[in-house]
Amino acid sequence: MSLLAVRDLRGGYGPVRVLHGLDFDVEPGEIVVLLGANGAGKTTTLRALSGLIPATGSVRFDGTELVGRRPEAVVRRGVAHVPQGRGTLAELSVEDNLLVGAYLRSDPEVGADLERWYTTFPRLRERRGQPAGTLSGGEQQMLAIARALMGRPRLLLLDEPSMGLAPIITQNLFRTLAELNASLGVAMLVVEQNAMLALEIARRAYVLETGRIVTAGSAAELKGDEAVRKAYLGL
Amino acid sequence: MNVSLFFTQLANGIGAGAIYASLALALVLIFRTTGLLNFAQGEMALFSTYVTWWLWDQGAPILVAILVSVALSFAGGAVIERVVIRPVEAASPLIVVIVTLGMFLALNALTQVVFGTDAKQLASVFPRRVFDLGGVRLSAQTLGLVGVLVVECVLLWIVFQRTKVGLALRAVASNPTSARLVGISVGRMLMVGWALAAALGALAGSLVVPATEALTASSMQAILVFAFAGAALGGFDSPLGAVVGGLVVGVANALTIEYLEPLRDVELLVPFGIILGVLLVRPAGLFGTQRVERV
Repeated sequence: MSLLAVRDLRGGYGPVRVLHGLDFDVEPGEIVVLLGANGAGKTTTLRALSGLIPATGSVRFDGTELVGRRPEAVVRRGVAHVPQGRGTLAELSVEDNLLVGAYLRSDPEVGADLERWYTTFPRLRERRGQPAGTLSGGEQQMLAIARALMGRPRLLLLDEPSMGLAPIITQNLFRTLAELNASLGVAMLVVEQNAMLALEIARRAYVLETGRIVTAGSAAELKGDEAVRKAYLGL
Repeated sequence: MNVSLFFTQLANGIGAGAIYASLALALVLIFRTTGLLNFAQGEMALFSTYVTWWLWDQGAPILVAILVSVALSFAGGAVIERVVIRPVEAASPLIVVIVTLGMFLALNALTQVVFGTDAKQLASVFPRRVFDLGGVRLSAQTLGLVGVLVVECVLLWIVFQRTKVGLALRAVASNPTSARLVGISVGRMLMVGWALAAALGALAGSLVVPATEALTASSMQAILVFAFAGAALGGFDSPLGAVVGGLVVGVANALTIEYLEPLRDVELLVPFGIILGVLLVRPAGLFGTQRVERV
């Protein structure tokens, strides 16, 4: 059974319809990439999944229907959303940013998890007392991912993680994502402009055009697909 | 210049400033979480103060009356957020400002309907003693007000920096979307912000009224103006600024009344002058954050 099964997902902003009936799945532990041009509806899809905007259709996560639930309820089920622009809580310290990620948890292992992500991302430990807004773009992206992981999600929604980052930083970031996926088994749904890098770490991919899924397949297949190569890989 | 008179007035100013600082703190609490200037803050405090008076008039000891009123106001603040503010929260800021102005008038009218228009006398929790320190006159009231302000600041600091609710409140103020995405109910936090502000207002009102004169429906209006001046001076998003700003406004006012004869009967010129000056020179206030927006 799919971890996430999306059927006929429709949504938008007020009278503006952006999503015109999406169907896609994310299996447990896999990385799935959502490709598409600007305005195709990638970010809107993630926002609809996490309950930030109203949607219709069906989103079953581990058997539970998510459509119509508030973001708080969606997070509680184990879906963490790292928003576009990283969603840094700029005035809060790095450590408080991480602790906020564990807001819904009351188990005694929060401290151990904090330690774990400090070990994974040593830069965050060095800057634990600093306002998070003073971190570099790459550090803030690490912080956003670590904040999401503090909630121990089973599915991570990542919106343009490479936005505004230097190529070398982006490469490291994707390597880190692949490692986290392998070590934690956390599934990821990644929206990304940098299609090449994203397809490197993904198992499967979907291509979104004006609110509809037009192509689906394994990452390898899509890398070989002539239309995808032209449109998204710049080859 | 009479040195002991100067220090006496300075102390009086600090005592009054402690009240302005409390109310400015309440304004800042709401501004930080909702980005909203609550013009009804003074009248919320007024109604709470009447509740204190009523409880005391019914025979409750003044300290008990104040504590009960503060607790009721905490609940009342949460209800106001949920019932009055929430439905218009998504509307334009201008509409929300009009709503708080409407609340200002409505609460004032409600106070007069419920409690009558005659002036009330309220007991003070502080003894009516005045200490004479080498010519400098220092009242127990002044010491008490400053003490209460210090306790308030310490409690708020603990709540905001050392509790999970405080962390959530700061998260909502910093980035509401991110706060929602980690599972914080923004609506509930806004209710907590309004509740805290209402409770602070209740405490400030109940303590200041016996110090000034009788309790009437206009008791809080000038005080709100001074609190606004304090918050504007300190910066509307800075609790530290609210405290410093409130104290500065209190002292400036006391010294103006003492030393600038012509201004004695138009003392409200002082806070308005401070607001105007701050807006001209440093719009974000002394401790406020300058917002930089990319266009």
